[in-house]
Amino acid sequence: MPEPSDTELHLETHPAEFGASPDSIIMEVGSELHAEAVLAPPVGARKKRLGPAFWVSVSWIGLVILLAFLAPVLPIHPPNKVFVGPPNTPPGRQFLLGTDELGRDMLSRIIYGARVSMVVGFTSIGIGLLVGGTLGIIAGYYRGRLGNFIMGCMNVLLAFPTLILGLALITFLGQSLRNVVLAIGLISIAPISRIIRASTLTFSEREFVSASRSLGAKNFRIVTREILPNVALPTLSFGLVAVAIAIVAEGALSFLGLSVKPPTASWGGMINEGRALMNLHPYLSLVPAAVMFLTVLAFNFAGDSLRSFFDVRESAL
Amino acid sequence: MNALRLLGRKFLQLIPVLFAVTVLSFLLIKLLPGDPAVNILGPSATKEAVAQIHQHLGLDKPIPTQYLTWLGHAVTGDLGRSYQNQQTTTQALKQRLPVTLELIVLSQLLALAIAIPMALIAASRAGGLFDRVSTTIAFGFLAVPDFILGVVLVYFFAVRNHWFPATGYTPFSQSPTENLRGMVLPVLTLALASQAVYLRLLRTDLIATLQQDYISMAKAKGLSSRYILLRHALRPSSFSLVTVSGLQLGALIGGTFIVEVIFALPGVGSLAVQSIFSRDYLVVQGIVLLVAVAYVLINFAIDLVYTFLDPRIRHAGAI
Repeated sequence: MPEPSDTELHLETHPAEFGASPDSIIMEVGSELHAEAVLAPPVGARKKRLGPAFWVSVSWIGLVILLAFLAPVLPIHPPNKVFVGPPNTPPGRQFLLGTDELGRDMLSRIIYGARVSMVVGFTSIGIGLLVGGTLGIIAGYYRGRLGNFIMGCMNVLLAFPTLILGLALITFLGQSLRNVVLAIGLISIAPISRIIRASTLTFSEREFVSASRSLGAKNFRIVTREILPNVALPTLSFGLVAVAIAIVAEGALSFLGLSVKPPTASWGGMINEGRALMNLHPYLSLVPAAVMFLTVLAFNFAGDSLRSFFDVRESAL
Repeated sequence: MNALRLLGRKFLQLIPVLFAVTVLSFLLIKLLPGDPAVNILGPSATKEAVAQIHQHLGLDKPIPTQYLTWLGHAVTGDLGRSYQNQQTTTQALKQRLPVTLELIVLSQLLALAIAIPMALIAASRAGGLFDRVSTTIAFGFLAVPDFILGVVLVYFFAVRNHWFPATGYTPFSQSPTENLRGMVLPVLTLALASQAVYLRLLRTDLIATLQQDYISMAKAKGLSSRYILLRHALRPSSFSLVTVSGLQLGALIGGTFIVEVIFALPGVGSLAVQSIFSRDYLVVQGIVLLVAVAYVLINFAIDLVYTFLDPRIRHAGAI
């Protein structure tokens, strides 16, 4: 009989379908099997390392965050100042990434766009982890009625077309950075809670939990001292992938013109603005597209590497 | 466990989910800050128009009554009408659903057509060059947002080489070839992302299957590796592929809108975006309801199919 779906399923969340990811449903099937796999003794375990590609990804993420953080003090043109150079200058020595159709400096717009992406990515997933993580741990630990009720609510939320819901929320609430963060954070709660619940399930059956319980530990202590630290590691790797998904979601919103208001720079918005001039000046779209792709790839790759690094089961293969 | 009882239990589980989904879709307009009539009509609405909408939506009645009336209309196919052009939402959906469905079905077929052979080759020599290259590329495709992929495809295949139109849609009844030509790039955009999901999934499952004893047995009998892969390994490895591709269908119903916007396809997604921009909230509500219910029903159907295909799950409750 074949081994059913492998642990890879847990985190293989497709960036494009935020929330409505099919994998999160499969995960349920996988999680029970995962519990057994963790208990299996490692056969010929080999030492694992985070390869150079992981460190390249982390460095790129670090660079993007650093530039975004330091943007106001960097010696670059103001991102919204028009005609700092001739319009539509291709990337070159004077303007590293060129200028756009209003003669604004693309490099500084990309750096300021990174501020939007990073703030949205980390803050919205922070909200999602706080709320969704709490719900997920509760649902995974108290499996009976309470857990079923929580997961039932989350499944209902998962049924909604997430980005359409996000679009609607933002048009209702008004376009601003805060509302984008709130909308994406809200959308992320349901999928995050499912993943955290699955990993809580695998740990709540483990011997150290029963040991702690037999020593007379209260539920609160078991959850915070035994389960939380164990769930935290896979959560870290999943969290990086989730940040990538949030960045993509913000990109999609700003691509449609529904994230921060222009002229504030955002990557998705720049890609969209450049589309009209694609036949003459393709770099207007392709440069922000490449930066965004690399950033999303780096987050995904870092998350994925950490997952297999922490994953007990894979090391047994 | 008795199959009929299982079926009955699953149906019972479906009811509260459908109830909650419809209630939330219904409340979508209610939960907005401010008067729904003003939200629908915009701030410059006259008092008479606001009053008319109040009466039309039955806003003077208690909320449960409103919900039941609304649900009754929705079940009989009346999802209200647009305040912009007076077209009923049902009509609009009927026009646009075929476009979205064509996009989804073609893209998933293409994705499977790419992913299955690639997964077979990759798994037959796991760790080999082809395996590593295809897995890496798949990882890359998973990281490309669909709007970036769409824009890049437009650049290479429509702007630099005029092989396919960048935007526009020709109805299939008008010209099948033009219809398909216009569908190539949007279908490719969705397919490239989905095939990466399928490839990774099937590859992993195939590798697990290929380590089973009966595969060694087949090898020992001297069967060719091609025969073993296709006749012995593929079918038992494709359970999660079947499930995930089904789930992908459900997810895509609400997830094609950005591709539809990029390629100017008149599907459900672009209708949703247009309606959101023009604050045509009743249409948005109709679309959200349709997509959410479709998602729930598709998941339900897949759950059933999966349960009956895979005896391990069917009997899990009995252990």
